[in-house]
Amino acid sequence: MAGKINLSNGPRYLLGLLFGFCFGFLLQKGGVTRYDIIMRQLLLEDFTVLKIIFTAIAVGMVGVYGMKQAGWIELHKKQGSLGTSVPGPLIFGIGFGLLGYCPGTGIGAVGHGALDALVGGVVGMLIGCSLYAAVYPKLKGTVLNKGNFGDKTLIDVLPVRSPWAVIVPVVLLIAAMLWSIEAAGF
Amino acid sequence: MDAVLWSPYWVGAGIGILSWLVFLLCNHPLGVSTAVAKSAGMIEKALRGPKVEQKAYWQENKPAIDWEWMLVLGLLLGAVTAALLSGTFQWEWIPPMWAEAFGSNVWNRLAVALAGGILIGFGARWGCGCTSGHGISGSLQLVLSSWLAAAMFFIGGIAAAFCLYRIF
Repeated sequence: MAGKINLSNGPRYLLGLLFGFCFGFLLQKGGVTRYDIIMRQLLLEDFTVLKIIFTAIAVGMVGVYGMKQAGWIELHKKQGSLGTSVPGPLIFGIGFGLLGYCPGTGIGAVGHGALDALVGGVVGMLIGCSLYAAVYPKLKGTVLNKGNFGDKTLIDVLPVRSPWAVIVPVVLLIAAMLWSIEAAGF
Repeated sequence: MDAVLWSPYWVGAGIGILSWLVFLLCNHPLGVSTAVAKSAGMIEKALRGPKVEQKAYWQENKPAIDWEWMLVLGLLLGAVTAALLSGTFQWEWIPPMWAEAFGSNVWNRLAVALAGGILIGFGARWGCGCTSGHGISGSLQLVLSSWLAAAMFFIGGIAAAFCLYRIF
């Protein structure tokens, strides 16, 4: 069993740049840096975004849990609560529907020359982040901790002995859903 | 490499494999919005001086270039390269679908895009992640808060899109 890999910052940053390059290349080739494709997904007319996200989740899940079991990696789970994971993402979603790009696809859209993504989207996101930093002290002691459920996964809350008892059915469900979308003609 | 579009399943599988590599070699999940926030912090610092770093949020999220910032820089470069290879790079103020529905006034598009961007930045920080960090990285680890956040992204997004294109 190989141990975990610990690179120093130089090569780690260089790999970050390289993997980011691949990520942006894939988003662009997938068409999801296009406003029209994202908007038509949100209007439920085109399912490219859903196909990419769910394929990435299924493929990613199998490898990441496999490597965790081999002792090669640790998971990186975020803490959540009703006070963070509902209102924040809902506000994000409304912004997503107005802008027609999310942070990754918006920066990717700048890559094909979309100036609305740059002058409207990226500038807006920077302003929004600073606004959040300004109100953060007020939210921190109040709403953010409401209904805290930590970093629990679906595997933690189900009575299973092996994570694969959850992963395999989830991957099969994703495959069935994608197959149905194709069968329905999308 | 010069095809305009690849199959969404190949692209999705590629992003899935990319997430294996970043976990294995960089000990980090794929994510974008934290780097955007840190950029906002760095801009604030440049405009208003080092006292910005005393704000609680910037103490917990140091405004500096880090691994994820390099990832996002790479994302931009990769997207430019893909667009140039397929010959689809073109400066454009208004996407075709917007122009068809709302006309060719640049300011209308920019106003809505800016409002959307502000809500995205604000909401991503409130919810501690975006479509990459929660939607892909969190979901593939089966984290419940990420699945909840991802559902909210799309509920909010679908509601706003229908209001924009079907109601108003």
